[in-house]
Amino acid sequence: MAVSYENSKIVFQGIKDAGITSVSALPETWLGLLLQRAENDPDITLIQVAKEEEAIGIAAGAYFAGTPHLLLMQNHGFLAAINGIVSLAQLYGIPLCMLIALRGHWGEPYPWHTRGGIVTEGVLRALGIPFEYARDPKIVGRQIREAYTFSQSSLSPVALLLTRDLMEGEA
Amino acid sequence: MTRAECIHMLYPECADRLVVTIMGACAQELYDLGHRENFFYLQHAMGLASSIGLGLALHLPHERIVVLDGDGSVLMNLGALATVARYRPKNMVQIVFDNGSLLSTGGFDSHTTSGITDLAAIARGAGIEHVAAVDSVVGFGEAVIDALARDDLSLIVAKVAAVGPNHYGMDLQLPENAFRFKRCISERKARAQG
Repeated sequence: MAVSYENSKIVFQGIKDAGITSVSALPETWLGLLLQRAENDPDITLIQVAKEEEAIGIAAGAYFAGTPHLLLMQNHGFLAAINGIVSLAQLYGIPLCMLIALRGHWGEPYPWHTRGGIVTEGVLRALGIPFEYARDPKIVGRQIREAYTFSQSSLSPVALLLTRDLMEGEA
Repeated sequence: MTRAECIHMLYPECADRLVVTIMGACAQELYDLGHRENFFYLQHAMGLASSIGLGLALHLPHERIVVLDGDGSVLMNLGALATVARYRPKNMVQIVFDNGSLLSTGGFDSHTTSGITDLAAIARGAGIEHVAAVDSVVGFGEAVIDALARDDLSLIVAKVAAVGPNHYGMDLQLPENAFRFKRCISERKARAQG
């Protein structure tokens, strides 16, 4: 199944409409079209990382600088970033607005994604990170805006999980 | 050469720069010289000091950023050297104090102790063009002067003795440091914009 061009466009527009001007990311299949758009948008600073935990530091720097920042990562990248999330963001009260591609969940054909997908929600709960599922292109823009707002008011990491329903589409 | 000597030498240059330091001895030695609102002490999350520096440098092109790092922290996040090299912020200097030891957690040898792992070579290989490796106070001073004067990303690896302060503790809570650091930056921005 191909990544949805239309819904990627909608998600990217949601990021723009939320006032985000800086994005950190590690390339991922479902996020590919979003990254392309971010890369080609003169109003967005895109920083690609070698590993997702770096993005937690970069997000903290952007927050200190007063620049609205959003993190794009796969759920396995989220799992790889946990010490930074706990020992930088949560310890110091630094907001993170994370858009996380939820691989390895309902409908997942690839075995290698499944363990990470199965534990993602439980790990988010254990860490006390508020999260929502993004399934519907009609409301995903609002969800992104609300995730960003909530991260800033709670000084906390917040996660919006991008599901297969949203990210896969046109064959 | 000790890290404390180096930080002491560097301290006057930190007055008007945003400084991010790693945890433990390095943070304490900076703090003991006198805390400033433009200092951020990353007391955990090893390896992320340069990532915070990168985030600051890219979003605050008119500020000058100094990252005080260590061999143990850099080894935990080698990929960050490549990311920093890729985006090459002109306004960032990263100083890696290489004491060959995980001093703050009991003094176990790090991978650099035996001289096999060469962090300066790794930094060059990551793509950072201006890399200096120094092992004397004079050499450190010269490298710092060059790096701070250079309008480009620079990294200094300073070989230092594995010694630290005889006390630890700050009159500064961690979120308080974050709040005040952020406020300091926004006030500097407002002043710069007149």
